[in-house]
Amino acid sequence: VAIVGAGPSGLYAADGLLAATQLPVEIDMIDRLPTPFGLVRYGVAPDHPAIKSVARTFEEILAQPRLRFLGGVEVGADVSAEDLRLCYDAVIYATGAPLDRKLGIPGEGTPGCCSASGLVSWYNGHPDANRDVRLDARSVAVIGAGNVALDIARMLARPARDLKSTDVSPRVLDEFRRSKVERVYLIARRGPDAAKFTPKELRELGAIASLDRVVHAGDLAGLDPAASADRRVKANLELLGRWAASAPSGQPRRVEFRFWTRPVAVIADDRVRAVQLSRACDGHVTESLDVDMVVSAIGLRGCPVPGVPFDAARAVIPNREGRVVHPDGSAMAGVYVVGWAKRGPTGVIGTNKADALETVASLARDYQDDRLGERARGSIEELLSARSLDLMGVAGWRNIDRAESELGAREGRSRCKIEDWQALRELASGRGPLNGGGIKSEATR
Amino acid sequence: MTFVISQLCADVKDKSCIVQCPVDCIYEGERSLYISPDECVDCGACEPACPTEAIYHHADLPAEYSAALSSTHSFFFDPLPGRTEPVGSPGGFRKVGPLAADSPFVASLPTPPS
Repeated sequence: VAIVGAGPSGLYAADGLLAATQLPVEIDMIDRLPTPFGLVRYGVAPDHPAIKSVARTFEEILAQPRLRFLGGVEVGADVSAEDLRLCYDAVIYATGAPLDRKLGIPGEGTPGCCSASGLVSWYNGHPDANRDVRLDARSVAVIGAGNVALDIARMLARPARDLKSTDVSPRVLDEFRRSKVERVYLIARRGPDAAKFTPKELRELGAIASLDRVVHAGDLAGLDPAASADRRVKANLELLGRWAASAPSGQPRRVEFRFWTRPVAVIADDRVRAVQLSRACDGHVTESLDVDMVVSAIGLRGCPVPGVPFDAARAVIPNREGRVVHPDGSAMAGVYVVGWAKRGPTGVIGTNKADALETVASLARDYQDDRLGERARGSIEELLSARSLDLMGVAGWRNIDRAESELGAREGRSRCKIEDWQALRELASGRGPLNGGGIKSEATR
Repeated sequence: MTFVISQLCADVKDKSCIVQCPVDCIYEGERSLYISPDECVDCGACEPACPTEAIYHHADLPAEYSAALSSTHSFFFDPLPGRTEPVGSPGGFRKVGPLAADSPFVASLPTPPS
């Protein structure tokens, strides 16, 4: 089985397949990056080391002898979906939701506007991230009301010394040290009761001592925490209510919540000057907020894989219980999907476990009923070597992992990210087994 | 401390939370489930999964369930009845399976009428 994407959902699918005793399975985990763990490495905020430590569980999955990691292979560019179908009995797509939803307003795209994924991949040291991010804005508008928006607001609001113990690259740490950010506005289209962030994340904002939190009492009008049936909403409203009741104490930075408000236009010349906001249903401008930077964090979208059906409206790979289906509703034999590519960008890391188990159950049933379709008749090794692709396996990742730990140790932290493609490639291309167990040789496949 | 399971789980043990936990840190005792405070990564996946709303972040734990803190600690770090060693941090529930014992607090809860 090939699993495309070595993030949480792909890893849980691998774990599920390997645990299914009725399946004599061998897995190739394919990723375009030489590093596994997807958004745990490149999405989870650096100041959330506990959540990033889920990587320990993923290392155990990766170390299983019946699994190989094939890093540095991009499906759709280096190999096609058809190639994979030829080389494997089944293919599971775990390609996530890497694209940003656009605001769709005038001025979006001028220098000083950036997307959530652009900023998040920058501070997480993704090798494809734009390295030119500068935190030279005094006022930043973050558009969105989910945990991604809150992560970004918190990262921008945190004093740089808080990041000294994290895994961010020296370049990113330096930029946070130079940050001129004083105000962060969180712009949410709907009310505080509809905000998607969790009380735990909101509370973290409350734990930053050098930060004022501003909530406008009017935004909370008519919302009684006690009347809320949802525990999450109740806790959010209580916390926001406390902040609304307390006056700012002149801290160096401030996060200000603006609910019931949406952006109408970004005003810019050579750079962002303001964002025009509307509190009205008809969209007429009710306020112009002076800001130097606009970050849109209003959601993510799946990305089509050439040769695999795609539901453009929902931005997911259409499926029934993880079986990929054609537009006419018929199942595509031997092709499956998990995670955000399957259900859209919802839930937390753990949500992918149950999601992956559903797909694994579908695959196991199809295997038992002999419905996987045409069996593998090509060799991935031959195909990759014919295309002169540099294979970066688990040994390559271990080299990167070790190098990052050593860099971190020099600075008194557990890890320091390497963000340069060239350096990652050189570390990862060192010879070594592709699988963690080091047991299975090429010849036995 | 991270997320904790209150006495609302006792004799219910729905286990939906176990499926959601990304690091397999929710352990099954005789009458209740317990979250390993050492192994929990604080992600919050379990909390909305619980149909009896037994799971709380420790900072949100209502006073009437405060016993969950010491109960959890005792389950993992004191030897359970019939054992000489504490459970500790085995690195995942799947590695040890269900444990036929409870913390003294959970064991002392009245059993529901059958």
